[in-house]
Amino acid sequence: MGFQSKGCTLRGTGDKMTEIAVLVKRVPDTNAQILVSGDRVDLSAVKWVMSPYDEFALEAAMLHKEAKGGNVTAITLGNADCDKVLKDAKAVGVDRIIRVWDDSWSELDSNQAQSALANVIRDLGINIVYCGKSAADTGAGSTGPGVAERLGWASASNIIGLEFEDTGVEAMVPAATGNARTGVSLPAVISCDKGFCKPRKPNVKGIMMAKRAQVEVMSSDIPSSSVNIISHSPPPKKAPGQTFEGASEVPRVVAALRNDANVI
Amino acid sequence: MSETIVIAETRDGELHPVTAELVSAANNLGDSTTIVVPSTNDAAANSASSIAGVSKVIACVGDCFAAYDAASWAEAIDSCAPSGVIVCAASQNGKDLASRLAARRSISVVQDVVGIDGGTLTQPIYSGKAMQNLSLNGDAAISVRANTFAAAGDGGSAEVSVMNQSADVATAVREMIAKASERLDVAEADIIISGGRGMQDPANFANLERLADTLGAAVGASRAAVDTWEEIPHSMQVGQTGKTVNPSLYIAVGISGAIQHLAGMRTSKYIVAINKDPEAPIFKHADYGIVSTWEDALPVLEAELKALLG
Repeated sequence: MGFQSKGCTLRGTGDKMTEIAVLVKRVPDTNAQILVSGDRVDLSAVKWVMSPYDEFALEAAMLHKEAKGGNVTAITLGNADCDKVLKDAKAVGVDRIIRVWDDSWSELDSNQAQSALANVIRDLGINIVYCGKSAADTGAGSTGPGVAERLGWASASNIIGLEFEDTGVEAMVPAATGNARTGVSLPAVISCDKGFCKPRKPNVKGIMMAKRAQVEVMSSDIPSSSVNIISHSPPPKKAPGQTFEGASEVPRVVAALRNDANVI
Repeated sequence: MSETIVIAETRDGELHPVTAELVSAANNLGDSTTIVVPSTNDAAANSASSIAGVSKVIACVGDCFAAYDAASWAEAIDSCAPSGVIVCAASQNGKDLASRLAARRSISVVQDVVGIDGGTLTQPIYSGKAMQNLSLNGDAAISVRANTFAAAGDGGSAEVSVMNQSADVATAVREMIAKASERLDVAEADIIISGGRGMQDPANFANLERLADTLGAAVGASRAAVDTWEEIPHSMQVGQTGKTVNPSLYIAVGISGAIQHLAGMRTSKYIVAINKDPEAPIFKHADYGIVSTWEDALPVLEAELKALLG
């Protein structure tokens, strides 16, 4: 610390301002039934929410601003239906809300989506991006590391702890043998698991401000798709199981696991 | 699609057995499979060369592989790996790496593949509430779930070529905080025994832990249990907002079977449910259901398993 104590903070000094972005995605509520009709999922009746892990990313972005100054921009990718998740982010206090879209786009594959997001993030002069560790629809977890690679940035994924430093963050990253306390220099993309912070709730003033807030729409060049979605199908059905009454039947089940299933 | 490149999964510098499953997946996709083994030395690559059905092994050797760092790993592996479809394990780091490698090559990434049939790949979406079938036109990086393909056998003798790499590490591990217990993580385990709010008190999870010790299993929990009790950490949570697991045996105790829990464990090979409520939805998904309180059932289960497994 001693070498850096010039009595200045990052904000408004010769140092670059911390420009923080959080990626948020609109997904079906995790309690929703997902129906397949014909050969596509039918999402017409589901309730839509901000993807659960994104709420932790949003909170991390707000905490970062509170600790180190700067601005928070919430970014989503999608058509106008996705404005709601941006307004939800605005209601808890982000400075700017941006939707990345072009009306000529339909469903984008990962290569296209990450390219579009990375291009916009680069143009905005962002130096740290927070996102959820995966979205509740695809469960893929590709966006954070993929965007980082396109930008040539560091990344830490699935983090379960976070401290803010002057030139980066310290993230707790789960590893096979324990947790790695990891220093990450900016610029970087941090993908967040839940549990290390409690997402704030919007207050009335925030909700009113969010109503009036303008969503900025930005577009980008994207590569062509290299994945063809052939169909969606319901999960494979399992053969019906057997149900036994009472603890006295436990030995039968253990025998079946041993002799029929061969799993113990 | 001819050349397929398996990125070996390693743990502490050693080849992880799932790598042989990835070889089977790769052989389903193309005619020729190369394994790239990232490590600080070539020992793991030498063990990979005995996997059957591999045409070439590349030991991608560099100091950056001492600890996982996405940026340098992707840079070093990218410069070793030929073009083609890349196959990683759908582990935490494997998926991260697949995303990085795909982005680096400006190709698409397809995660959590659970089936390959001709040119059609299948992956779960909405945490397994539906499946998505797709085809690739061009190269891609894919990650494949453990227990999806039978492991390729031994007896291979592929040539190992060593490629030394240096890449700048972008993140620095300052300290490793070892796990408090030696217990397996649910994401790694082949047998999982999970408790729900029906366990009534977090202290009662000690009963599950004893069973887990006998079985060599990991202990998991439902979201209800994690949300209700501070003592049950999120790292144990199985479900759509926790970990998605695919073990050979999943034992659910005092878990009703909420849709978001089922989404995380429904692909388990065998599911055993113990619940006192005969109407609990978990029984619809269990191979073996036992209608009983856990207080009655667990002591019998423990005695039976002890007798069987010592």
